[in-house]
Amino acid sequence: MSVMDIFETMEYGPAPEASSLALNWIQARQPFQLFINNQWVKPLQEQYFESSNPATSKALTQIASADAADVDAAVAAARQAFPSWSKTPGHGRARYMYALARHIQKHARLLAVLESLDNGKTIRETRDIDIPLVARHFYYHAGWAQLMESELADYQPVGVVGQIIPWNFPLLMLAWKIAPALAMGNTVVLKPARYTSLSALKFAEIVQEVGLPAGVINIVTGEASKAGDALVKHPDVNKIAFTGSTDVGRSIRRTTAGSGKKLSLELGGKSPFIVFDDADLDSVVEGVVDAIWFNQGQVCCAGSRLLVQENITDRLLSKLRARMENLRIGDPLDKTMDIGALISPAQRDEIAHLVAQGIAEGAEAWQPSSICPASGSFFPPTLLTNVSPASTLAQIEIFGPVLVAMTFRTPAEAIELANNTRYGLAASIWSDNINLALDIAPKVKAGSVWINCTNLFDASCGFGGYRESGYGREGGKEGLYEYLKPAWQSNTAKASLKADNAQEEAMDVQDVSILNEIQEATTEALPAIDRTPKLFIDGKQARPDSGYSLTITSVDGRVLGEVGEGNRKDIRNAVEAAHKASAWATGSAHNRAQILFYLAENLAAREVEFAHRIVAQTGRSYADAFHEVQVSLSRLFSYAAWTDKYEGSVHRPPLRGVTLALKEAIGVIGIACPDEYPLLGFLSLVAPAIAMGNTVVVLPSPGAPLSATDCYQLFETSDIPAGVINIVTGDRESLSQILAEHHDVNAVWYFGSAAGSKSIELASSSNMKRTWVNYGHARHWLDRVQGEGEEFLREATQVKNIWVPFGE
Amino acid sequence: MTTITSRTASDDGTQPSENAALPRNPGMPLDMGWVNRVHSNRSAIERRAAALPARRTVKKEWQAAWLLRAITCIDLTTLAGDDTPGNVRRLCAKARQPVRQEILDALGFEQLTVGAVCVYHQFVATSVEALQGTLIPVAAVSTGFPAGLNAFEQKLQEITASVKAGAREIDIVISRQHVLTGNWQELYAEVQAYRAACGEAHLKTILATHELATLRNVGMASLVCMMAGADFIKTSTGKEPVNATLPVGLVMVRAVRDYYEQTGYKVGFKPAGGIRTAKASLDWLALIKEELGNEWLNNHLFRFGASGLLSDIERQLAHFVTGQYAAAYENPLV
Repeated sequence: MSVMDIFETMEYGPAPEASSLALNWIQARQPFQLFINNQWVKPLQEQYFESSNPATSKALTQIASADAADVDAAVAAARQAFPSWSKTPGHGRARYMYALARHIQKHARLLAVLESLDNGKTIRETRDIDIPLVARHFYYHAGWAQLMESELADYQPVGVVGQIIPWNFPLLMLAWKIAPALAMGNTVVLKPARYTSLSALKFAEIVQEVGLPAGVINIVTGEASKAGDALVKHPDVNKIAFTGSTDVGRSIRRTTAGSGKKLSLELGGKSPFIVFDDADLDSVVEGVVDAIWFNQGQVCCAGSRLLVQENITDRLLSKLRARMENLRIGDPLDKTMDIGALISPAQRDEIAHLVAQGIAEGAEAWQPSSICPASGSFFPPTLLTNVSPASTLAQIEIFGPVLVAMTFRTPAEAIELANNTRYGLAASIWSDNINLALDIAPKVKAGSVWINCTNLFDASCGFGGYRESGYGREGGKEGLYEYLKPAWQSNTAKASLKADNAQEEAMDVQDVSILNEIQEATTEALPAIDRTPKLFIDGKQARPDSGYSLTITSVDGRVLGEVGEGNRKDIRNAVEAAHKASAWATGSAHNRAQILFYLAENLAAREVEFAHRIVAQTGRSYADAFHEVQVSLSRLFSYAAWTDKYEGSVHRPPLRGVTLALKEAIGVIGIACPDEYPLLGFLSLVAPAIAMGNTVVVLPSPGAPLSATDCYQLFETSDIPAGVINIVTGDRESLSQILAEHHDVNAVWYFGSAAGSKSIELASSSNMKRTWVNYGHARHWLDRVQGEGEEFLREATQVKNIWVPFGE
Repeated sequence: MTTITSRTASDDGTQPSENAALPRNPGMPLDMGWVNRVHSNRSAIERRAAALPARRTVKKEWQAAWLLRAITCIDLTTLAGDDTPGNVRRLCAKARQPVRQEILDALGFEQLTVGAVCVYHQFVATSVEALQGTLIPVAAVSTGFPAGLNAFEQKLQEITASVKAGAREIDIVISRQHVLTGNWQELYAEVQAYRAACGEAHLKTILATHELATLRNVGMASLVCMMAGADFIKTSTGKEPVNATLPVGLVMVRAVRDYYEQTGYKVGFKPAGGIRTAKASLDWLALIKEELGNEWLNNHLFRFGASGLLSDIERQLAHFVTGQYAAAYENPLV
């Protein structure tokens, strides 16, 4: 085309990024091997798979396919490297990580081109977004390595970490996984997605370049069903970190249940993009482009549900359609493309299938008139209107460039629609009214909330989901705990032995005289007035649905009383009551603190009675029981203290604005109390949960539930609102199973047997609720380090990062 | 290469140079309901402005063609206290022949001129004379440029005098106080009066965006000026600490688009001040193309207020033609 012609038409021309250097790099190394112990190792079965360029459908190279034996070798290398890496001073680890960050910057363009070739995403995104964020992640975590000894003195690394990452942000997800793991002194076996191994293999070269000790990072390429599965099941892996689909996450949860492996999951999403009528609509349109046409919509936190205030719908949609006409789709290595290729033909077909299904259900589809390239996996940007919450497309994650639009009338309806999903990864809120925006943000169930922006990421701001979008955070200080355990757990066997001994000692010292005294006191003259605790639901004592009672006896077999035998329906009612009490979370922390102090005050007034009850149920000495009551009082004070002090933080990511990291209540927590310490164990779990604004359904110590049921009157006199604490007595194992399976319970804490822990973790996969179980290990509840503190508070909260850019 | 061409130009058939018979914006009654609906979210606008140059670029032949287009949109300007007839005549000569003929020949162009020459009233006559025989219009800055604080009657007289001297375009400055005090009715009335004084001459309203302080003010003032009958809205005087920026440009071109969608009239846009590099001119053209479409990519609806810009564009064109970097002294002075 001549200059004169172009002068007339003013069209864009090709602006290709050269790929020859990247292709030469691939050529020189193929076939790619496994990276174990800083060596390139052939897979034992010598199996390789083909990796192709999704924009052309042409093969790029051959890559090693690891199987279980290769994973064994990688895990062994990581295990061998762990002792010395975890003992390397933080400053030493920081130096290595700084070097990694520098080298990533040095090879930035090669990495960007490789990523584009391998994944099909545009060079503009890999160059301007993915790779800079990768470098930033290593810098940020180099800092945490440096500071670990002073800032996280009570924690230790978890050990060998298995990490499985997706294909949508190959190198960025690698960074999100590896940087915090390394900073905290763990060693790593990472499996890249089958479709996108190349940038991870280039990263392996960088690992060699910077001279990271052998075995600290191992990269095993391969299939999810072989390498991935072997890693998840490996007995010598202490933690699994996974990013990918909710279905696979669910299966990993089930596979690892009961194994004691730590687990963090970043799963799917169907994130709302909420537009109010006072928003800057032209900016909203660009926001939508960044929300759903970023990375072809293959983004777990993509703003895929456009919720528009009804009165501006036509204006916004017509602006959006006009903007879609200008989207350029084509060769990802062309610098002027907005949309590149999808990861695979299968992905494209799946998207096409879903869109067709949506149309069959009555949705109206709109696509711009530009044409997709004929070869390669391309799918046009698509807007679907006439979609209702009941439509398939409004519910399931499409993972492609497809947006569904719905309308709302009021802020309250916007929140209802936004939260009408199994997922809870992210949300975007558009309004020029700060009052409105900051009111909506805390009400949306999502880990990241972007106000007047979308899809912003930074290493300092944690990222992760609510609900079936998974648990755990990546980035920020909160992300570090995914790769740490409390120092006291470092020798679990010893710790549990110690706790058991304490328990046994307590059991041994039966002060018979005290028991006799109680007996005498209660049997003198008149018979005691019958006291039969029922269940405690919605602030009232409720008869168990079953109509049965369980007899509670003392150690020497005397009948102490009876409690109701709870069943499914009682659990159902308790969960409903707990949800009804959710305003507890939005009340002031000061109010909750006052109530916890008051609870302690009221317990203190009856401390002797509570001590006697412990003696009667457990046969421990009065002094010992009285001590348990005293520690319980102290514990209540601790959480009353924490209530208004365990606060969020304000991040300063690189933009003009702030990110507010709020620590929010999780919701309804089901709590199964330990056998030991009937009062202290109960309060040690209930107090942090309600201090942080959760409401609870509690299953007291099975053998000694009366210390909990005695609390009913305390709760009532302490002004604890109805439904905040609900207590169901009965068989802990079966009732906790019902709680774990209940989709409207947001987390379950279980302190019982190893088998019970496993079944809780298994059942939790039904709605991917968070679990906290003890795997049958006893905890030293009397000890302040083990029995209270930030570990409990972290389990009782989830962090929401609200991005608030500003400027007028 | 699997590049798909955007349909904007090819489908609607509008060629950038076919806008000669564009109907002038007659203005409309001041609609404060509309003006008050303006929302300009600075952070979001800045993100778009930052992303746009990274999303769009032109190379090789495309770059050369776009740069030539940019030249035709330049209001070649001198607005200095030490202007004399001599340097104004030199400017006009450059306006006639903005690129060395040998470069034009190599690019297949017989002739190319800038969009207009822009001077103070003092030099309108000089410029008109120097541009005899060309179609290049003379634009005069007016109404007490740059501060705009002369007596109102004097401002009207200044416009009339410039038109009489042969200026076909009048670049007025608005009274910033009307914006800062929210006196939109006064702003509307003022611009309406200027438009009347212009007669057949085209009216460009300089918002002096830096002094309007907020992007929302810029958006609102843009709308009010168009409602009052502006033919162009222009960012800056070139005398402010910060002049034409892409975020300000985004707000203004979106107001232009909004106005067109509501009234059917196309108003022009002129960023002025601070645009010095060929790369910057391409970013502005891409912004116009993306936000307004190809119909706006010509000097009937788009101008750069600049002078030094031309030198850098010339250098880039010479490089495209020869494959070698030119020395500054090889290109005739502006």
